[in-house]
Parts: sequence; C-alpha cells; structure tokens
Amino acid sequence: MITETQIVRFPSLRLDGGDTLHDVQAAYESYGRLNSGKSNAILILHAFSGDAHAAGIDHEGKAGWWDSMIGPGKAFDTDQYFVLCSNILGGCKGTTGPSSINPETGRPYGMSFPVITVGDIVRLQQMVASHLGIKKLLAVTGGSMGGMQALQWAVAYPEMVEACIPIATTARHSAQQIAFNETGRQAIIADPNFAGGDYYGKQPPARGLAIARMVGHITYMSDESMREKFGRRLRNREDLSFGFDVDFEVESYLRYRGSQFVGRFDANSYLYITKAMDYFDLGAGYPSLAAALERAASKFLVISFTSDWLYPSYQSLEIVSALRRRNHDVTYCELSSNYGHDAFLVDVGEQTEVVKGFLARCQREVVRV
Amino acid sequence: MKINSIIGEWIAPSAKVLDLGCGDGELLAWLKSQKKIEARGVELDRESVQKAVARGVTVYQSDIEESLEGYPDKAFDYVILSQTLQEVRHPLTVLSQMMRTGRWAIVAFPNFGHWRVRLSHLVSGRAPRTTLFPYQWYESPNIHFLTVVDFEEMIAQQKWHIEKRRFVSRDQAVGFMPNLLAEVAVYLLTAP
Repeated sequence: MITETQIVRFPSLRLDGGDTLHDVQAAYESYGRLNSGKSNAILILHAFSGDAHAAGIDHEGKAGWWDSMIGPGKAFDTDQYFVLCSNILGGCKGTTGPSSINPETGRPYGMSFPVITVGDIVRLQQMVASHLGIKKLLAVTGGSMGGMQALQWAVAYPEMVEACIPIATTARHSAQQIAFNETGRQAIIADPNFAGGDYYGKQPPARGLAIARMVGHITYMSDESMREKFGRRLRNREDLSFGFDVDFEVESYLRYRGSQFVGRFDANSYLYITKAMDYFDLGAGYPSLAAALERAASKFLVISFTSDWLYPSYQSLEIVSALRRRNHDVTYCELSSNYGHDAFLVDVGEQTEVVKGFLARCQREVVRV
Repeated sequence: MKINSIIGEWIAPSAKVLDLGCGDGELLAWLKSQKKIEARGVELDRESVQKAVARGVTVYQSDIEESLEGYPDKAFDYVILSQTLQEVRHPLTVLSQMMRTGRWAIVAFPNFGHWRVRLSHLVSGRAPRTTLFPYQWYESPNIHFLTVVDFEEMIAQQKWHIEKRRFVSRDQAVGFMPNLLAEVAVYLLTAP
C-alpha cells in the first residue's frame, strides 16, 4: 500500500512552558478505515527519530518504521482498525519544529523555538485526533518515547483512551537516560557549524549530529546483539591498520548510521526532542506516580524486553506497580529478546501475539458496552 | 468433581478475582465467560503469560510473593491460589497477603497425607512418587509438603475462618477421613 502524508493546520498551540506557538501544522498518516461509530481508531506514537510514516510504502519506496506491526493481519490489523500516526511537535518531518518558518520573522525558528514537553506533543496529537472527529481512541501505543506519549495520553485525556500500550519505556527519564541525551546534545553544540542553531541554509552541524546518533545506536542495541552482528570482525581488511581509520565492522556500521542520519534529521530537533524526553516525569506535580495515574481510565498493556538496558524492565515495573496500587486493569509482559531497546521495532513476533490478544479483548469489551 | 468447578461454584457472579499462578489463564477465562468476573492473574512463566494475554486475560508477569504487596487492602473479592501453595517459598506470608487483599481466599493444594503417598514412602523407603507427586526429588517444584491436618492447624493458629472445604480424589468427592483419602483439598477462607 502506498501511503500519503497529510497535513493539518491549527491557529495556535499552548505550551507547558508558557509560550504559545502560532500557525502550527501537524503531519500524519492513516491506514485502514475509520468505522461509522469512529470507535476503531488506534493512535501510534513514534519514538525519538520517527515520523508519521509508520506503515506501508511511501513514494520513495521506503517502508514505514513500524511496518512489521501495522498492516492487514498484523498486530495493528488495518483490516479491523483505523491506524493513525502523526509526526511529533518539535520534529522535522512535516510537523512544526525548530526548522519550521517562524511566522513572525519569516525565518526558521532555530533556537528561538520554545522548549517543548511530552505534554505539548500529546496536546497537538489530541487536536489532530479531534480534527478527524475521533472522540475516543481504542488504543494509544508506542515504544520508547512513544510509550511516554502513550502514558501522557492516558493521564491527560483519560476520557479519550480506551487502552494504553506503553512499550519499552519509562514514566520518568533516569539519570542514565538524561546522560546519554546530554552527550548527544553536547556533540551537536560543540560542532562549529552549529552556530547557535542558526545553520539553516548553511552547513549543518553534521559531525556533531552523526556522533550523537552513534551514541544513540549503541544504546539501542545490546551487548549480545552487537557481538552477534559485528563481533571483532574487521571491515574490508585482513589486519589491523595501526591507525584511526575504520578497523572494525562495528565502527563502520556506526559511522554509516551516523552519516545517514544527518541526511534525514535536523540537529535542532535532536536538541528539542531529547530535552522533552528528559523533562518527562509523569508523576511530577503529584504526590506519587500512582496518584498521577489515578486519573487514567484505560486498560493497560505494559511491555518490556529482557535485553533492553536503555529502558530496563524495572522502569516498566514502576509503571505497573503504580497502576496496581490503584487496582487498574494492567497486563504486564517482559518479552524475551536479544535485540536490546530496538526489540520493539525488530523482534516483533511475541509482541504481535500479545498485542493482538489484548486489542481483541478491548475491542470485545467496547462492543459489549 | 474438578477443582476448577468447585472454585467456580463458590465464586459469586461479577466478582473481582485474582488468580495467583494463573498459568495460561484457563480458569480465569472460564470464570469470565461463566460468571462475568473481573479477572486478574499473576504468572511468572513468560510463555504462559503470553498465552493468557492472547486469550484476553489481564495478567501480570511476576513472582507470586512479590506480586501481592502492590495491591490495596481488599482489592479483590476472591484471591485464588490453586495447586501452588506447596511451591511458594513463604506460604504463610502469601496466605496473609491473600487475606489482606481479598475478602475471601481460595486455596487448593495436593494432600501429602493421602494413603498412596504414605504407602509409597513406607514401602519404597524413598521420597514418595505418586500420580499426584510424579517428580523425582531433584526435579520437583514442590518445596513444602503439607497435609489436610497441617493446613487446618495453621488456619486455626492464624485465627482464620474456614467457610467451606471440599476434598477430592480422582475427581470424586471425598466425604470422610480426608487426611487419608483426599488427593486434593480446597478451602474457602476468610479473616475475621
């Protein structure tokens, strides 16, 4: 299926930081058909570097980032469900972000873009869903930062969320997670081409952004998956170079991933989105996480992966414990995978079974009511 | 007389039920369809959890002993521990938590006082192996061996109340000498 990204515009968006953004646009894609009762919509929430193109093939022949999970007969079965995914606020794939034109100056925002939060990101998504006439989503779901948005949805718009499926995620960023993000940000800021974020139309901070991405990729894999994929294999050579060119496969892979990322991602978006992740703390402003989740009215399916050390299972268990403290309907599975944090994208066999069963039940219970 | 149908008889319609060690969710799914209960399960085994979720049961993947702490008092009408008491490390802690989180606790366990077990031990001089306890001593998940008498003594000591009890052997009800004749004992308990 060839997919088309749609754009919807809104006059303004109020932000948690106190600012208001004007002339905001959101890019989204949808798959499947919205039923007459508009009760079969599933909102997919993308991770840090994702975009609205979650499934199907776009005009350039590129498959969506969660095509393994979304489509006919798949976990998010487009024969049954209307599946929606929008690019997040602060992104660079069609939704307003730091690379967008500031209507007041006629120039890209750059670093004058206000700092945004996961709450802001979700507020814009809520406007997109409402624009499509959806009053209640059958499910909100995503992995990693997408899982944070799913949790935020369940708390911010409890009446709109039938089921919430946070995957490989956390209710608050840990010191380690903030540390990795900060390393990436500093790599970008230290690049001379960064120029205070005002690099549009000039050379972008490609080296800094590539290094940031290299660090990111390390955190997405596991020790085991790296050993399996690369080991100590040398890249196109028989012997060590005794220099600082690429010796090992893993170096070549990271350099390739880094440089490839530069072509598709904006460095300022990197700064703003990682900041939003670091600020994320669902329990902030409440006596406890359980108290924050008190508002939620959805069923939950929480999924973590054994080898994910970036968003370890204990963080999912914190969410689950808080939900159980309030006796919410929460299912929790720790799935077995060697793929580290990437598992929710690449190792989807068991995840598919669990999600399918859970969604089928939610769908049945909606119909019954 | 199957254990599950005894449990099903005792449970009131639309009740909130927690099944500890729920396996693939068979009992809960059956109770959901028969009694329209609100079902929750706890299970440690990954594959069983996945099967339970796939059949639409709310399951929490965890160790039984850790799982109970998180729930508020009297969060459930019934908390079930079926054929697992002999496998948990701290049975008394688990039972106390069941009494705290549920209005009723339902406990079913294999009776180690059954005559076949006694005979097996007496005749062979080895750790007993019967149809009910089929494992080699080094493979058995059972770490506590209790009888009907042992269990009821503990319940009395804790000042808990036995509301109902049933004894079963080879799917038949046992009416007398349960400590000798029952393969499985099932209890409905409350705490005053």
